[in-house]
Amino acid sequence: MNRRFINKDALIRLVLLLFALSSLLFLFTIFVFILSEGLPLFYKAGVSSITLGMKWAPTKGYFGIFPMIVSSFMVTFGALVVGAPLALACATYLSEYAGKKTKIFLKPSLELLAGIPSVVYGFLGVVYIVPLIREYTGGSGFSILATSLVLGIMVLPTITSISFDSLMSVPAAFREGSLAMGATKWQTVYRVVLPAARSGILASFILGMGRAIGETMAVIMVAGNALKIPTSLLDPLRTLTSNIALELAYATDDHRSALFSTGVVLLVIIMSLNLLANFWVKRRVSR
Amino acid sequence: MRINPRHTDKLMSAGLSLQALFTVGILILIIAIIFIKGFPYVTAEFIFSYPEDMGRLGGVFPSIIGTIFLGLLSIAFATPLGIGTAIYLTEYTKESTLTRVIRFGVESLAGIPSIIYGLFGFIFFVIKLGLGWSLLSGTLTVAIMVLPTIIRTSEEAIKSVPKNLRTVSFSLGATKWETVTRVIIPSAAPGILTGIMLSIGRAVSETAAVIFTMGSSLRLPTSIMDSGRTMAVHFYILAREGISMEKAYATALVLVLSILVINILAYYLMHRMIARYS
Amino acid sequence: MHKTKIRIRDLKVSFGKKEVLSGIDLDIYENRVVGLMGPSASGKSSFISVINGMINFEDEASVTGRVHIDGFGQLLVKGDHVALRKKVGTVFATPIPLPRSIFENVVFGSRLKGTRKRSELNAIAEESLRKAFLWDEVKNRLSESALKLSGGQQQRLCLARTLALKPEIILLDEPCSGLDPISTAKIEEALSELKTDHTIILVSNNTKQIARASDFVVFFYMGRLVESGPTERVFTNPEQKMTEDYILGKFG
Repeated sequence: MNRRFINKDALIRLVLLLFALSSLLFLFTIFVFILSEGLPLFYKAGVSSITLGMKWAPTKGYFGIFPMIVSSFMVTFGALVVGAPLALACATYLSEYAGKKTKIFLKPSLELLAGIPSVVYGFLGVVYIVPLIREYTGGSGFSILATSLVLGIMVLPTITSISFDSLMSVPAAFREGSLAMGATKWQTVYRVVLPAARSGILASFILGMGRAIGETMAVIMVAGNALKIPTSLLDPLRTLTSNIALELAYATDDHRSALFSTGVVLLVIIMSLNLLANFWVKRRVSR
Repeated sequence: MRINPRHTDKLMSAGLSLQALFTVGILILIIAIIFIKGFPYVTAEFIFSYPEDMGRLGGVFPSIIGTIFLGLLSIAFATPLGIGTAIYLTEYTKESTLTRVIRFGVESLAGIPSIIYGLFGFIFFVIKLGLGWSLLSGTLTVAIMVLPTIIRTSEEAIKSVPKNLRTVSFSLGATKWETVTRVIIPSAAPGILTGIMLSIGRAVSETAAVIFTMGSSLRLPTSIMDSGRTMAVHFYILAREGISMEKAYATALVLVLSILVINILAYYLMHRMIARYS
Repeated sequence: MHKTKIRIRDLKVSFGKKEVLSGIDLDIYENRVVGLMGPSASGKSSFISVINGMINFEDEASVTGRVHIDGFGQLLVKGDHVALRKKVGTVFATPIPLPRSIFENVVFGSRLKGTRKRSELNAIAEESLRKAFLWDEVKNRLSESALKLSGGQQQRLCLARTLALKPEIILLDEPCSGLDPISTAKIEEALSELKTDHTIILVSNNTKQIARASDFVVFFYMGRLVESGPTERVFTNPEQKMTEDYILGKFG
């Protein structure tokens, strides 16, 4: 009787452990397969010819994705420029100024904004934003500007919610102390609360970057399809993500491998960003 | 010239609330546009008939079915794994190197962009495992995608169950597993359910991972090995190929409406479950 | 003569380097209310958690000695703690109702044991609630949430919940702290009736309650058993000076 009992509990524990390890298994499998498809081309054609190469014509042996790396970063920064100030303002308002009623109303709205599919964002971008840009500036309208605007709105929820958490975890004593010394609310927010939440806010920016640089569907629809490094806000571009998505369906052999190599580069960039963000978050916690 | 700090205070206060309003305004604008432009074309016929002429005419019934299958099946795979992982991490171990490694794994999975999942699903399920473009490939890929979310929300929900409930349960002679199933999970149910519903929402709006694993066949999927479209994929193809603006808006409306309904249902269920237990 | 229900020899409990109980020798007789008194940090709660097996959940705890429960066997052997916890019921200092109905709270343990029939559960619920002196107050609202009850009622509910399992030993760890005098009186009244069928250990920091409610009293101080004996004798004629001081309220 004793032994049966102990065994049942131990069995359950084992099963649950296997469940928990499955995440590691999946992660491992993903890395293995992406790398096994993408790394060989790096050996074959050389790392620099791919990551620093300027010409992308995979069926002819040119696998340069440098313009796409640059484009990805450009629209990501653009997304931050568009979205971060607005997101931070929302987070600050939500945490410092909003009453309970407003909170109940605003938080779900943000989550809803996050729930809208990226293809819908891309679609609205192509139908409204692109023609608008085209009208006022000539050019095709498919541009860094359009992409940054769309991505900026898409990263709003991410940056807002993480910054919000960060701001909320600033101890009430900080605010009370500042107000007790005669500071206005804004002064308190600007000089005490925001600096205290600095690490978390920065982490949210980095995570927002991660989201923007990994975004595919919306970008495909508004970025145009140019293979050169964009030189102005109005130039069309192709990002790492759209590179993969646009050509995967019909790519074979080296061409397909090149797309996986693009994926490897993308993974490296995003993993680095995530690690950086986690590092900032840990700094916040240990403060 | 020094600006009176009280003026700055009022200004910033107004400025911040305006920006918050602006953000909400964007959301309302998006939903309004889709609604206004799509509503005229969302008829019963649209929902229940099949697409014709590449989607220029007809309806979206196969995509709706495809979406439902994908949403439910991927959750069916991910939920046991996710809740089980959360239970293990919170109830069956202490913090150790192993738990840190597992958590790192979960966080990493969460950070991988959907196109990479698309690449992975494509090479692993579609090609190497020979499942082809199919509901199965899509489901398995999406299941892994939503797994981290379910783990995270379940863990949070379980952690917020007061410790003393466990003490009571043990003192009444329950085993650990009985405590988990009879006390902890029921108390954590609202949070867990919310996580599940949010994951369904995510699965439904996914495109990049789905299009390269489930394919884009216009036919009605009748088995798990059939290819098919989800509404998101159908919408993307309509929009990108410029097939039909009206149908695109209509599809978008159905899609966004479904996600809205799922979100609202999630919150409603959560509040109802919390109310019932306290 | 009275049978010994729990025999404790040389019980030592430590948490890491800190010794919480040092060498307790004690006999607890059947069908008595044994009052366990002493100031905070004298080891009373650790003692309780040895008897009900909950100490096994504390990983840093090391327990040595011999504890024998009549009808169960040696406690401190690696064993089936689940069965032990069914024999020993515990009521904690703060009432912890489960977030469900009053009825479901009372029958929680019975369901664990496998009782399914509604009629049986009803009978168990009524009997246990009566013994806890709570039946009259809740008999018409058994399906209401237990969280709606007052503190005193919740604590009696916790007592009823334990009684439903028909434990042979009932431990109460400062059960009336924070309760109003009426609820306290009701619980003490319940204890005096319950002792005919159960062996009860009542932990309390309140010497007056110990004097009122117990037949036999044990005085712990800083992990040592200072004195024990029939309540009346200890309170009127304490053997140790420390006991006398504690009873008179000079410390603790």
